Amino acid sequence: MTTRSARPEAFPVDWPKRLAWIALAVYVVYALSTLDVSLDRILRGFSQAATLFGRMFPPNVAPDKVELITTGMLESLQIAVLATFFGVLLSLPLGFAAARNLSPVWLAGAARGIIAICRSFHPVIVAILFVKAVGFGALAGILALIVATMGFVSKLFAEVVEELNAKQVEAVRATGAPFFNVLIIAVMPQVMARFVGLTVYQFDSNLRNSTMVGIVGGGGIGAPLFTAYQRFDFDVVLTILLVIIALIMMFEMVSARIRRVFQ
Amino acid sequence: MNVMHPAIAEPVLSLRGLRKEYRPGQPVLKDISLDFAPRGVTAIIGPSGTGKSTLIRCINRLVDPTAGDILLKGENLARIQGAALRMARRRIGMVFQEYNLVERLSVMENVLSGRLGYVSPWRAFLRKFPVEDVERAYDLLDAVGLGQDFANRRADKLSGGQRQRVGIARAIMQEPALLLADEPTSSLDPKTSVEIMELMAEISGTRGIPIIINIHNVDLARRYAARIIGMTGGDVVFDGPPEALERSHLAMIYGGEGWQE
Repeated sequence: MTTRSARPEAFPVDWPKRLAWIALAVYVVYALSTLDVSLDRILRGFSQAATLFGRMFPPNVAPDKVELITTGMLESLQIAVLATFFGVLLSLPLGFAAARNLSPVWLAGAARGIIAICRSFHPVIVAILFVKAVGFGALAGILALIVATMGFVSKLFAEVVEELNAKQVEAVRATGAPFFNVLIIAVMPQVMARFVGLTVYQFDSNLRNSTMVGIVGGGGIGAPLFTAYQRFDFDVVLTILLVIIALIMMFEMVSARIRRVFQ
Repeated sequence: MNVMHPAIAEPVLSLRGLRKEYRPGQPVLKDISLDFAPRGVTAIIGPSGTGKSTLIRCINRLVDPTAGDILLKGENLARIQGAALRMARRRIGMVFQEYNLVERLSVMENVLSGRLGYVSPWRAFLRKFPVEDVERAYDLLDAVGLGQDFANRRADKLSGGQRQRVGIARAIMQEPALLLADEPTSSLDPKTSVEIMELMAEISGTRGIPIIINIHNVDLARRYAARIIGMTGGDVVFDGPPEALERSHLAMIYGGEGWQE
């Protein structure tokens, strides 16, 4: 029997990992100290929040406000639906092009470049650019969210495609099927359920973002919400927030069912 | 060692100096030359990693050979690309060890995927296969012993033996001039293995399709093949009828004798 000291360490220290954790901890402390974050300010914030919430009640349901909110909300919904539809439509070929196991290196590289550009900016920043380009209104919002959709859906879809079972593809290829037939019969069935899942998730995200692009002039409920904040109409703000919450929760229930259908 | 095998007058498939190197200078197949008769079952036996699978995959070019010729009824498959290669693949059916069905598709869709070399993408997308193909697919479900009730079952709901029957139906759906089988029974239990070999031998006989089978199980090879090819280390070391396969040959193919009872 070997002596204790001759055995290898059962749980050797992983120094690179340990150093990474220490570095993270040091940076958090440093960031907190430079940004003037203090418990005192947070506590003062609570009392101000209480006043704000107090002024929100009861929510404003005057007919003219309700009409304004309904119009804005329907526009937001339209922005989300159209952006998801066209964004997903463009993501399908872009995702396939970016999948390294299906497309040649140059095409995958180019597609990944486009995806990286789509992902680099927050939708609100993209919306600002489109408002400058095509003017105020829903079109700018739709375009901004199409870009966001392409960035998210095609990137994750490409990963799904790269994980597919190559044996099933090989068998169909062995029958002499041309590329698009292989794509339709051997690849699509393997990836469609995940693609629908991504689409549903992105619609959810677009719905929330569509309420925000309006702040920079991209159409939808964002503009009335922002105006209400600035005019201290907090009761109107609350009405709008409640409608947004209701819409998101409604879709949450619908999306669970959509996913089940496409299992 | 082609001594025991008579020359074949009109081979369906001829391999001439077939060579495959995954890494330069390290051949997995060392200049294989073989002729295959247009009927009957040929079994290729040999230890794992000896190039059996590479050999069979070279034939339909799932693996590209480094050198040599693959003559299918006179056409050299080693020299073609793109559309011509796809046309050639339509005439070669293949059965796989792990069945390789598209799991999320129905049995009928899997069987009909044997016709994908003949339909347009649009028709494939809409599943608008020619009526006679669908009829034939139903007949094949009967022929492989599944029955037509299986048509709408999803492939991932089937047992291993049932999946392999679908795999065989898909290959026969191609109306192939040649059927390749890469370890078709290695994932199956002994009883099902026998049933699957029985089915393939029967199909080969009744439909006149020559079959080349890679197989680990020497007993099954002896029982169902008219010709056995023994490979080891990328070379063919035995080629003859099962009666001629003796212990000494097996010792040469697999090395040692202790494993033989």
